[in-house]
Amino acid sequence: MDNNKNWIDQRFPLTKVWNEHLAEYYTPRNFNFWYFFGSLAILVLVMQIVTGIFLTMHFKPDAANAFASVEYIMRDVDWGWLIRYMHSTGASAFFIVIYLHMYRAMLYGSYKAPRELIWILGMVLYIALMAEAFMGYVLPWGQMSFWGAKVIINLFGSFPIVGELILEFILGDYAVGDPALNRFFSLHVIAIPLILVILVFLHIVALHTVGSNNPDGVEIKKNKDANGIPKDGIPFHPYYSVKDIVGVVFFLMIFASIVFFAPALNGYFLEAPNFVEANPLKTPDHIAPLWYLTPFYSVLRAIPPMFGSQLPGVLAMFAALLILIALPWLDRSKVKSIRYRSWPYKVALGIFVVTFIVLGWLGMQAVTPLYSLMAQIFTALYFAFFILMPWFTSIGKTKPVPERTTEH
Amino acid sequence: MNTLLKTTLSAVAAIIISFNANASGAGVHLDAANTDITDEASLQRGAKLFMNYCSGCHSIEFMRYNRIAKDLNISEADMAKNLMFNAEKTGSTIFSSMPEDGAKEWFGTTPPDLSLTARARGTDWIYTYLKGFYADETRLYGVNNHVLENASMPDALWQLKQNKSEKAFNRDVRDITNFLDYVSEPAKLIRYEIGVKVLGFLFILFILSYLLKKEYWKDVKYGKWRAKD
Repeated sequence: MDNNKNWIDQRFPLTKVWNEHLAEYYTPRNFNFWYFFGSLAILVLVMQIVTGIFLTMHFKPDAANAFASVEYIMRDVDWGWLIRYMHSTGASAFFIVIYLHMYRAMLYGSYKAPRELIWILGMVLYIALMAEAFMGYVLPWGQMSFWGAKVIINLFGSFPIVGELILEFILGDYAVGDPALNRFFSLHVIAIPLILVILVFLHIVALHTVGSNNPDGVEIKKNKDANGIPKDGIPFHPYYSVKDIVGVVFFLMIFASIVFFAPALNGYFLEAPNFVEANPLKTPDHIAPLWYLTPFYSVLRAIPPMFGSQLPGVLAMFAALLILIALPWLDRSKVKSIRYRSWPYKVALGIFVVTFIVLGWLGMQAVTPLYSLMAQIFTALYFAFFILMPWFTSIGKTKPVPERTTEH
Repeated sequence: MNTLLKTTLSAVAAIIISFNANASGAGVHLDAANTDITDEASLQRGAKLFMNYCSGCHSIEFMRYNRIAKDLNISEADMAKNLMFNAEKTGSTIFSSMPEDGAKEWFGTTPPDLSLTARARGTDWIYTYLKGFYADETRLYGVNNHVLENASMPDALWQLKQNKSEKAFNRDVRDITNFLDYVSEPAKLIRYEIGVKVLGFLFILFILSYLLKKEYWKDVKYGKWRAKD
């Protein structure tokens, strides 16, 4: 065994990588349940890739056959229904996990120096994930696939002068149709997954360079023992690997409950109109993207067209997404964790969470004057959180941050 | 920390509840179908009624005769003899016998495929729709529908409605609805059962993984772990 190891180690840094990233990678000992979501995100990514490989074996990326091929998977392929439900539930689960993972970063200031790059890589991952989910949703070629794609893609047509050109470039046609389905399939199964995997790798390399933050926002590397090991650190393996297994199994229990007992989850994970094949001649009564995109869809709808163009809304939507990247520089607070933050930040974060959820809810509803007004108010609140952040993070009294983590 | 967790969870719970209240949507009042996919006799009756009263015009093109036979415990011979009107082989998918051109001429539209209607519209919709026909002389076939105004479909079940008690008729409609629910997702027959087993397995695994974690973390708790020498 040892000889084998030597043979490999002479040619590949196996032991070195194992030690640096697992057995001798020191992680704060005080992680709480918010720290499960990183490993869960990796689990869901792997699950999506594996189920995706099997779906790709049976799916037909062809406007005439796509819808029927999904039903073929659901009925005639052995265990096809399970693979398909795992994939469709996995898409929503991915976003639930990612949203909680991002919220964790906001709770404990994990994006603050020296972890800005981890946050930026994570944000790019999030945007890539949205593109991946959107294109995947088009593939079953149901009514919502088709009309959702039409609404979202047409946004790009609102850019002045080049809008039409961009549309044709994306669609390969003048309307959403077979060429769009084909290229979305290609992007969904190889281009974007490849980007996701590379970004996840970079995200983890950056994380392991500076080390994890923790619920106290204490830098454990500032307190090392004689051997240079952080006093509040424990090796990732075996301590967090065994702990993450508990999180994984608990997550799988919830996941399996949805897959086996409510795979459509009342229309939130699989929309009922998407069980009708795409029909370009029949517009559905109500077109809404799936829940994970609706907060930004709400921002889009909140901004009225100006000078006969949708462009302001489109720009606002992209701004709402991209402004998150600036978070590490907008936050001026001296402390990281919510435990020691001043009250103005706690209030602002609470309002922000409510804002994001209300925007998400509004994005699923048909437009009424009241809802439009609400969407505008909450869009204003959404942006206010970021614009006012340098102010509300620098006022109020913060609590003293301890030298060491509190649970030791 | 605990209060933060509690507030977050209760906020999420409140939102999920309000989401569900809104997901049902507005429109015509629908009667509860109360179908039960585990009721095999009901599914068998539904299959028989569907083949006799619906399949003349409506396809269920994603469904195969032999799959129905297997899932509903009907022998393939019985299926071929009594329920297969439009096909030669039990492995065929189920198409109506109506030519498309004829359908357009007779009804102004092609009768829709019903493979996924239960998923797209819901069982309550199907149940209420099938019971919702009323006399209307202005319509081509003398009937209109409460649920789908100006439907082109004639009241295919009128004989049953006339010759049976209301209770028996409702049962027939419920059986057809139940059958269409099964047709929309045949895996529904097995997924609950498998789900219970999977959850049982995961529950045991959860306990074991928790105990494993607890064992390892004793080191952390009592400060006994040491870096490799």
